[in-house]
Amino acid sequence: MKNQIEAIIIEALQDLNDDIESESLENPTKETKIFGEEGALDSLALVSLISDLEEAIHDDFGKEVTLADEKAMSQHRSPFGSVESLTEYIELLIKE
Amino acid sequence: MKNEIMVITGTRKGIGKYLAEYYLSKGLTVIGCSRGEGSIEDPNYRHFMLDVADEKAVISMIRDVKKEFKKIDVLLNNAGAASMNHILLTPYKTIKETTEANYFGTFLFLREVSKVMLKKKYGRIVNFASIATPLKWEGEAAYAASKAAVENLTQIAAKEVAEYGITVNALGSTPVWTDMINRVPKEKLEGILNQQSIKRIGEMKDVSHLCDFLIDEESNFITGQVIYLGGVS
Repeated sequence: MKNQIEAIIIEALQDLNDDIESESLENPTKETKIFGEEGALDSLALVSLISDLEEAIHDDFGKEVTLADEKAMSQHRSPFGSVESLTEYIELLIKE
Repeated sequence: MKNEIMVITGTRKGIGKYLAEYYLSKGLTVIGCSRGEGSIEDPNYRHFMLDVADEKAVISMIRDVKKEFKKIDVLLNNAGAASMNHILLTPYKTIKETTEANYFGTFLFLREVSKVMLKKKYGRIVNFASIATPLKWEGEAAYAASKAAVENLTQIAAKEVAEYGITVNALGSTPVWTDMINRVPKEKLEGILNQQSIKRIGEMKDVSHLCDFLIDEESNFITGQVIYLGGVS
């Protein structure tokens, strides 16, 4: 499941990069920083990513998840920090 | 025409039903919802049965709408519940249900529909406020306070989604002839109308006229506003 989630995130980031053209998102990996310190996305792009991911998760896993989180916008503990932390966060939500 | 796909909450009766039929007659596709079966027969109308405060149901409805229609241009957050009671006689259940229908429902639809609108960098959202808030109607604490929350939500949401080309405004209605108003005693209604600048009960077309203005494509510089009918301020 982890690999599948990671693939969804990477694809969503690449799609988003068509608009924002950030160098660090050309070939995203597990380590790619998404939001917060050194993150590639600003809060506007993050909202757009969240909406894409929620839809993709529903299509692939048949599950309605809301990625909005109290800690989402926190600079230090945000699950949106990196592809890896976001993968873990989504996995938790799907298993809930 | 930019405004083609419209979501209206609370379309089974009252103002919501009127607005759905009005915009259908203008050629828009309308997707409505209510807790009960739909009451509108039209090839360009879809109905969803749900409670507007049921988060999962709202997410699922908006996802279905996005799948089928690819976009949402307009959201009319009309669904609501009234409550009339002295604070000392108001059960917790009543204030909870009123807040859920009026505020939580409005919040959920605004959140989910904005996610669809932002993709097209265009959207018009109208939340339904009430003159009960500025006039501080006695006996309407639960209702008026939940609508006050809607006003503040409107003003903050307007700032947060402006960059996506989405405007968010609120329409503050006076009493209009509906089921909700039929339950208000005659003397009380007269007292209410006397507080308006224009002392008459509202008509459905007063509401649709203001809606037309707020959702107009040209109204792209108007957001975060609460506009009351009847000259209330």
